[in-house]
Amino acid sequence: MSARGVSVWHVARAVATKDLRIEWRSRVVTHQVVPFAGLVLVMFAFALDVESVMQRVAPGLVWLAIMFCQFFLVQRAFAVETADGALDALRVAGVDPAGVFLGKALALMVQLMALVALLLVGAVLLYRAEVRANGAVLLVATAVTATAGLACVGTLYGGLAAGAKGRETLLPLLLTPVVAPVLIAAARATEAALGTAGTAMEDGWPWLGVLSTYAVAFGVVGTVAFGPLIEE
Amino acid sequence: MTAITPQVPHETPHGRGAPTTGTAATRWLGALCWLGVAWLVLAGLVLSPRDVVQGESVRIMYVHVPSAWIAYLAFVVTAIASAAYLWPRTRSLTWDRIAGASAEVGVLFMGITLVSGMLWGRITWGVFWQWDPRLTTTAFLFVTFVGYLAVRGLGGSHHQRARRSAVLGLLAVLEIPLVHFSVVLWRSLHQEASVLNPSGEVQLDGFMLFTLFTGVVVFTVVYTWLVLHRQRVLWLQDHHDDTGLDEALSARRAEKGAP
Repeated sequence: MSARGVSVWHVARAVATKDLRIEWRSRVVTHQVVPFAGLVLVMFAFALDVESVMQRVAPGLVWLAIMFCQFFLVQRAFAVETADGALDALRVAGVDPAGVFLGKALALMVQLMALVALLLVGAVLLYRAEVRANGAVLLVATAVTATAGLACVGTLYGGLAAGAKGRETLLPLLLTPVVAPVLIAAARATEAALGTAGTAMEDGWPWLGVLSTYAVAFGVVGTVAFGPLIEE
Repeated sequence: MTAITPQVPHETPHGRGAPTTGTAATRWLGALCWLGVAWLVLAGLVLSPRDVVQGESVRIMYVHVPSAWIAYLAFVVTAIASAAYLWPRTRSLTWDRIAGASAEVGVLFMGITLVSGMLWGRITWGVFWQWDPRLTTTAFLFVTFVGYLAVRGLGGSHHQRARRSAVLGLLAVLEIPLVHFSVVLWRSLHQEASVLNPSGEVQLDGFMLFTLFTGVVVFTVVYTWLVLHRQRVLWLQDHHDDTGLDEALSARRAEKGAP
């Protein structure tokens, strides 16, 4: 289906670059989503009150905040496509939908990764979470696989709801149950990487397996299903 | 396809001769549902004995277990019908309507399962909810199919609705094992000493087992009956969406033209 020798990866890179450029120029993520994520961390502190509790639950809260932000980012990613019928234009131009899917997922992943980094810093500053040097590999691997999974599933469901009325409220309802495994696994793996409440490092690796399986599963399904989903 | 979609009467003025979703077969099935439910009420509430350990609360099981079975059956049917719709050779809206009808009935029975299970849990375990993988996965299945029904209501053309919901119906098949597995892993690492009755296992005597089995059969018949009718109502809705305006216009024109 790809047009005249343009490979899927070319399309993916072009779409990802375009999405990131739009986000960079519009400043919506930096001026709205990032401050919101920070506020969520502060709000959690208000809600939980006790500092020892905050330190204990910091990894979970970081990933919960990521999940909230994911809703906005997915919403954004498809708002820019449907506003001017850009998605239809891409389809009419014969662009491989698998490439579009991978590109949009890649752009989403980059944004989510940046958010994870910022929120982890926030957790260290606000919740007194401690990062240990030997957990760095596990922490980075967790961030990469978890954001990859979130990006794939977000792009898939975002494409499903794109252009439909009431998608702003529908998307969180659809996405929340699906991202539950990521929330569980990423929070546990992060706990192991940080050594929260004396969690051993070895406990983190099985969760990394869950995250990788998840990312691969939704990556493959998304690549296959995205075309039929957006076709009209 | 024609066998399970009803014929719409051409003349439907002011409710007279309004389209019906019943056929001779479904009327027999309906009568069978009534008989079965009446028998189940009698057997479950009166004839079957109270349990030595659980007492009267064991009777909740005669509703809880069959409705859980129906909910899972319904979601499997939805997934199969979704796959059948997406299969290029069978891209028929009948499959989409079966998937939708089955999901609606499934959500209903899953709701009954959760409520009856919580009531039973409160009596037996002392709590409404336990973070047990099976319970958690069931709750997620419920929410997933509530979302599925919301997607069906998004609007757009019939085939647009069908394609969206079919993909979503199949994604649930992928999602649920992942959720279940991660919850199992989550709970296995957090093994806490349970103050609750560790197992809800019940020693069933012969008649209790028979009643439970009857419940499963009766609920399956009720499910079939509900899905058949609901599927036909959905067909009428689609038919109305397609032709309702044209028919109303021609009726008005006929009024004007008539002497």
